[in-house]
Amino acid sequence: MITAITAGIDLGAKTVKVVILKGKEVIGRGIATTGLDQKKSAEKAFDAALKEAKIDLKDLDRVVATGVGRTEAPNANSQITEVGADAKGAIFLNPAIRTVIDIGGEEGRGIKISPEGRAVDFAINEKCAAGAGAFTEAMARALERPLKEFAELALKSTKSIPMNAQCAVFAESEVVSLIHAKTPHEDISRAVHDSIADRIISMVRRVGIEKEVLLIGGVAHNVGFVNSLNIGLKLEVIVPEYPEFIGALGAALVAAEQQE
Amino acid sequence: MSDIKRYKTEPLKCWGKAKELRANYYKEYKEAKSKGGICWSGGAEAIDVIPYAFGDDVHSLTAEPYAAAIAFDPEFAHRCESALESKGWARDMCAYMRNYWGSVLIDEYAFGGPFPKPDFNLQSGFCCTHAKWFQVLSLWEDVPYFNIDIATIPFWKEEFPNRLQYIVDQMHESIEFIEKVTGRECDDERLIEGVYNDSRTTSLWAKITELNQNTPAPLDEKSMYSLYVFTTLDRARKEFVDFYEELYAETKDRVDRGIAALATERFRLMSDSQPPWAFLRVWRYLEQFGVVSTGSIYTIGLEGVWDIADDWSLTPREDLKSRGVELKTRDDALRAMADWHMRRPIYAMFYNADWKSKLMMQYAKQWNCDAAMLHLNRGCEGTSLGIMENRAALIKTGLPVLTYEGNMGDDRDFDEGRTIARIDTFMEGLGLKKLT
Repeated sequence: MITAITAGIDLGAKTVKVVILKGKEVIGRGIATTGLDQKKSAEKAFDAALKEAKIDLKDLDRVVATGVGRTEAPNANSQITEVGADAKGAIFLNPAIRTVIDIGGEEGRGIKISPEGRAVDFAINEKCAAGAGAFTEAMARALERPLKEFAELALKSTKSIPMNAQCAVFAESEVVSLIHAKTPHEDISRAVHDSIADRIISMVRRVGIEKEVLLIGGVAHNVGFVNSLNIGLKLEVIVPEYPEFIGALGAALVAAEQQE
Repeated sequence: MSDIKRYKTEPLKCWGKAKELRANYYKEYKEAKSKGGICWSGGAEAIDVIPYAFGDDVHSLTAEPYAAAIAFDPEFAHRCESALESKGWARDMCAYMRNYWGSVLIDEYAFGGPFPKPDFNLQSGFCCTHAKWFQVLSLWEDVPYFNIDIATIPFWKEEFPNRLQYIVDQMHESIEFIEKVTGRECDDERLIEGVYNDSRTTSLWAKITELNQNTPAPLDEKSMYSLYVFTTLDRARKEFVDFYEELYAETKDRVDRGIAALATERFRLMSDSQPPWAFLRVWRYLEQFGVVSTGSIYTIGLEGVWDIADDWSLTPREDLKSRGVELKTRDDALRAMADWHMRRPIYAMFYNADWKSKLMMQYAKQWNCDAAMLHLNRGCEGTSLGIMENRAALIKTGLPVLTYEGNMGDDRDFDEGRTIARIDTFMEGLGLKKLT
């Protein structure tokens, strides 16, 4: 029996991710920034993943697309929603997962999943960036720090400062005020990450938080946020090795199932 | 697709008549003064029977349906909203009120020509916006204004004679007010006839919507939005009673013959709150999955009058004549009308989230719903009150629930792409794929 080679493409607001599977083994990953030309960005991510997998595009048996731009994804045979793809990828990584928190560039999601990997309920942030990756980037810019450094600063904080602003734009003004008040950058970073974590926790509680909890999406790389989230949830979330690729992995798994 | 069950379907025969009645309603208001009649405006509440008693040439412009008509035309609505915002009014106020006010400010009537100024405004304040809505308008328009305060809770479980008296006293005063501003006398016989008609219209609407408990549903909610409007226009008028008699007979006939609103019905939904009027196509999108929206507590109970039992089960309330209620005097008529309208399920939305949850659970049971889709309506604080509590209560019963954010009257608060994406996700979770 020939093992199928399938791919999942996650066309997100900020980045495009591609995962290539041989059977159920990941053989390639590729990522590219989502530019104005989504198709071109998708091709870049495909090229990177195909290069790592050491195969050609024509070797792919089936491709499933997910993400906000999934209808524009090139090479896709079918589509699956972000929530469905996340659930699929999460349960593949760890069958004990019951709650998935996915924080991307412009969207945050909480997903409750059944033992079979089906999304049984979900909550998504409304038209507001204050609980998403774009918010942390804006705050890092306000402190004139690279994102990674800004995130790590939070771990050195000794003081919890509440942030009042509910809006990304006003929060930036509040950060500027804190800078002028000579508040240590560590504490400002902690305050920013606590405020995002609070919003996310409040949203995820709508679907109910049940262990194990998996944190995915690009923001899962942010150690400051993970720390705030763990404190707020009073548990340790699981962060996989490639958190931003879980949606694409789920889509690739669906492609593999469809190919069967 | 051949294995998909398909029901017989056909268009509603009375659809054309519904369109004509609605168009005439707005035309008659506009032309009332030029024909020597009287025109008045106020909320689509329990009081239009009072001006009805002043003659056949008295025509109303009820505020909420008018504002919804504006919302249906986003270009017009944007001009109304922009005019209001440029005067410093906030964007988070009642969207219906803002649309109506904007139409007055730009002096454009949604049905052509300048905004026809009413002879008087008569309101019944049962939500916190209502009283202010026409108080401000009356100052702008320089027309007399009377407000009936409905500061009481519904009468399902217990009747409150003193509270009823509070409303009835104000209704008596409103008659004196109209007599003074119009120079006409109240025709008590016509008032009594109007009260009987009003109870018949609103009882019939409840009976029509009850028929949607059948599978397949004879009516879809998008169509119901166009049909329920007559309970909010001038429901004491005979032509509206006749129309509902006709619609009731036709809907019953559809049930008897198994005629479906949606040929591919395989999943039944309940909704909540007013819809985002500029985006009713979302309801058609649902149909691609074989999903029919049967209605909601809002659709059946905004003006439909129901008997609500101790176990919260809903039965259409028989109209006053059928119940043998004899009205002999003005006081009898006003008391019966006040009591009648205090039994509408809509009051649950405005007063108690737990009551509303119980009614919603009952609706899901009686109308055989498989899921709910709730509108987090930024345009109406009354109907949005406690929606997340309602969601939690429904989920506890095992009913899948989707929420989406929007606004009944202001399309700037509704993200169509994201809402469609949410629906796709919800349908995927329910295991429903597009049929078309």
